[in-house]
Amino acid sequence: MKELIEKLSSKYELQEVVYQRDNLVFAAISKENAIEAVTYLRDYEGYTHLVMMSCVDWIEDGKYQLLYLLHNPKLKNDIGIKVYIDRENPEMVSAHHLWKSVWTYQREMHESFGIVFPGSPRLEENFVVEGWDETPFMRRDFDTHEYAEKTYFPRGNRKTNDPAEYMRKKLYPNQPVTAKQRKDDK
Amino acid sequence: MSELDLNNKTSEMLANSEANVKNSKKNFTRPEDEKREVVAPDGSIIEVNPLYDYFSNEKPKEEKPRGGVVEKFLNWARAESIWVLGFGTGCGSIEIPPLVTPRFDMFRYGVQMRPTPRQSNAFIISGYLSVKTLKRVIRTYEQMPSPKYILALGSCTINGGMYYDSYSTINRLDKYIPVDVYIAGCMPRPEALLHGFVKLKQLIKEGKAEKANEYARNFDEYKANQKKIIKDWNMPDYNW
Repeated sequence: MKELIEKLSSKYELQEVVYQRDNLVFAAISKENAIEAVTYLRDYEGYTHLVMMSCVDWIEDGKYQLLYLLHNPKLKNDIGIKVYIDRENPEMVSAHHLWKSVWTYQREMHESFGIVFPGSPRLEENFVVEGWDETPFMRRDFDTHEYAEKTYFPRGNRKTNDPAEYMRKKLYPNQPVTAKQRKDDK
Repeated sequence: MSELDLNNKTSEMLANSEANVKNSKKNFTRPEDEKREVVAPDGSIIEVNPLYDYFSNEKPKEEKPRGGVVEKFLNWARAESIWVLGFGTGCGSIEIPPLVTPRFDMFRYGVQMRPTPRQSNAFIISGYLSVKTLKRVIRTYEQMPSPKYILALGSCTINGGMYYDSYSTINRLDKYIPVDVYIAGCMPRPEALLHGFVKLKQLIKEGKAEKANEYARNFDEYKANQKKIIKDWNMPDYNW
């Protein structure tokens, strides 16, 4: 995997490289070069299979992290290309021409995070929810509980128990509570 | 489709998407539902409004019980032949197949599954109900002939269950369609479902299962609640 990363870093500027396992490595590449790097990996290095595309909302850094996880069926190893894009104006170069499955991933990301992929086919169609006109629901600043309470007529009087605390009180009622347990209960 | 066509189409789509992001209130009408003019085989032009012309747009009507011995006989007959629509909405639908097996055997209670809403008079809402499914449930429920009964299975239909804070799952079913019998649990065993049927039969025989009439009586209220969450309402107000 080291040779591959050396080859990649000679072509593109790698921002961070993490060797996760013997057969798995992650590398962050800038938004402009990422799709080019993915294409290079697919066409010249044998990473022909797209395992998945995913998105993480790093709200503290003001960024979305996109991940393209690629698999090499001959060498039996994986590489993940990470791309950080701006959270305020989320737009990413589309990769729909590389794999057809990317269409669906990008449609899902557009609906759940509001990321725009210019040129991606059927981007505007409904994917999971129908007729959604609020903040994209997978963004971390969208409060699903608050939305459900104001929309779906909650019945109220809902009680919850912490399972650990409840079972301890039930099974060992006479045992003194330790400082750690008291901290956990909160 | 050639590459160029695809690019043109997608750039159009992109322009639309940008407009949609700016206007939070989207327009959800589909092109096939819009008013249009159609040329008939004899050459005359006919104006077509699909949402109003293809369906009966009349409100449901209340049917007063006949009362007396006739009503008692009818209720006995209804209670002994509960035909259930084969429509599973959530995880609870996995509890229905065992009822057909010899171990539980729901047929001894006069309960059987039907493939179409036109032939059935009981509807099991099995488990959590997302807004997307609710739209189909309403369409199906309104197609069933009256008298019709609804069994709500699982805690999700009562107060949202473990999906109480979900953005897409409803909390209380009885705000959207009237419910005859609630079966609590997560999930209820098939025995609990059978008990629900026994309870429903008891209600029918006592003449208390009149929820189809309640739906007709409070139709506007139910519709307002339904339209509040189904934002892409592209069907007629009452489906047949």
